[in-house]
Amino acid sequence: MITLGVPSKGRLMEKTFQWFAARGVEMRRTGSDRDYGAEVAGLPIDLRLMSAGEIPRELAAGRIHLGVTGSDLVQERIPAWDQAVEVLAEMGFGHADLIIAVPAWWVDVRTLDDLDAVAADFRATHGQRLRIATKYHRLVRDFLRDAGVADYRLVDSQGATEGTVAHGTAEAIADITSTGETLRANHLAILSDGLIHRSEATLFRSRAAKWNDSTRSALDIFEKQLKTGA
Amino acid sequence: MTLKSDIRAEAEALQAIFADAVPVDAPMLVSADTLLDLYGEDIRGRAFTTHDPDRGELMLRPDFTVPVVQMHMDGGAEPARYTYLGEVFRMQDAGSGRPTEYLQLGYEVFDRANPLQADAEVFALMLKALDGLPVRAVTGDIGVLLAAIEALDTTQARKAALRRHVWRPRRFRALLDRFTGKGKPAKGRAEYLKAAEEEGLAAMIARAGPPIGLRTTDEMNARLERLRAEAAADPIDQTQAEVLVSLLALKSPLSEAVEALQNFAVDLPGLQGAVEHFAARVDALKAVGVSVSDIPYEASYGRTQMEYYDGFVFGLLAPSPSLPPLATGGRYDALTRQLGGGREIPAVGGVIRPEQVHALRRAQA
Repeated sequence: MITLGVPSKGRLMEKTFQWFAARGVEMRRTGSDRDYGAEVAGLPIDLRLMSAGEIPRELAAGRIHLGVTGSDLVQERIPAWDQAVEVLAEMGFGHADLIIAVPAWWVDVRTLDDLDAVAADFRATHGQRLRIATKYHRLVRDFLRDAGVADYRLVDSQGATEGTVAHGTAEAIADITSTGETLRANHLAILSDGLIHRSEATLFRSRAAKWNDSTRSALDIFEKQLKTGA
Repeated sequence: MTLKSDIRAEAEALQAIFADAVPVDAPMLVSADTLLDLYGEDIRGRAFTTHDPDRGELMLRPDFTVPVVQMHMDGGAEPARYTYLGEVFRMQDAGSGRPTEYLQLGYEVFDRANPLQADAEVFALMLKALDGLPVRAVTGDIGVLLAAIEALDTTQARKAALRRHVWRPRRFRALLDRFTGKGKPAKGRAEYLKAAEEEGLAAMIARAGPPIGLRTTDEMNARLERLRAEAAADPIDQTQAEVLVSLLALKSPLSEAVEALQNFAVDLPGLQGAVEHFAARVDALKAVGVSVSDIPYEASYGRTQMEYYDGFVFGLLAPSPSLPPLATGGRYDALTRQLGGGREIPAVGGVIRPEQVHALRRAQA
């Protein structure tokens, strides 16, 4: 028996169920809509409905063998994520881009190079670092370090990040967007080279979970089923 | 298994070398704002952050330099020599297995009278402290790099950009290549300048969206002027840029470095002052008994990881490159200016990692 954590609500859950169903793996909720019981018919899988945000932590700790969640959450929340988990399948839904956006009226800032130059000017003029609001601290910091952007500061924003610039709590943002509509509504523009990560729902295998003959053979059966389909 | 008490005993024995200095202590919790301001966002990946309901965001001290400089600037007598011994805390990469807390033994000199002599004093003491151990010394001089940038025949704006990124070798190189015309021009720059010329910045802004955020149209106008000046500036002479690049790659024993640097100063005459300063330091090192023919100078040493040093820098490295250095240090005059709120004092110092010294001694035994 291996444990598989999947998102417990909303479109992400529905899409996940559909993705597995298309491969002949029937997942269904047991009990009412309100409890989180679920099962997989005919396979040695212990299905657990969980918050998508907690699945990375459970994978990293090895408390679940497999998990479905956004690749952005795994890369942000698990240090050295590729040593902790393995990608089994990119599932082709839940697409969202983690991007850097600046006020649209900054017509002179279209690239990271511009952002870096303006960050230097901003610090000299305002005596403080240019603030970038985000909840993706690790991904954004690594990305900006790699791009050679200096003199910025990340400010934590756990929601409504697009509004921070208009509210005066940040100069720029780094956030997930799927259509860009919210960004436009908040008068923000994406930097042309500001794509940090292209996220999608992904099936991960935990390297830290208990892998013995029995769990490994359960994974084999499961993977074979996913490959051959219905 | 090494006992913590053994490492502390090693550290205390080492500290005897700094017996003439005033022993000081420092708080373990340091204002995150101060550290972020000095080191930038990267410090968050290297220091442990915590939170206090009254004082806000705090960090477990990643080193003693900041608290000791703050303490000195708050009314320390001059000149001053301080020594300290205590834990520092560093967040490490996942899976690296490197220690997250370890003792640091330090020695800092705040002295206006003779900075070069102070450089030599600190380096010689560190060598003496680690005498008999198979360490590999390496030295550098950030002042030479900054002077070489200043010596380029180009605009102040370009020099400022290069100075700012001297700590990021890849970005530095890309900028230098752009300024010589060898690299790609900044993407979208020509289009922006053309549009600003034809349509006018005010109209472009009005069309783009409401002026949200702290940045002002004045700042944008000022940048436009700078971008125009940049576009009109002559490229940096290819030969000068090549001299700078080969200077950055220079490695030679200290005893021969002066002559090598003098050759660079032929092509970059503005470098002369820094070379004389460098030569005077080599003399000062000789005068305190350092065997300068055995000590390497690497022009780029200190360019990564040590963003606050601005003069002499050194490291005493372990025999294996996978191990952290046993001692590092350098001059950080500019840091005292940043923390001093208008005041400054020439400062140089170094730290030893007693647990590394202890491990090396045990490996030798």
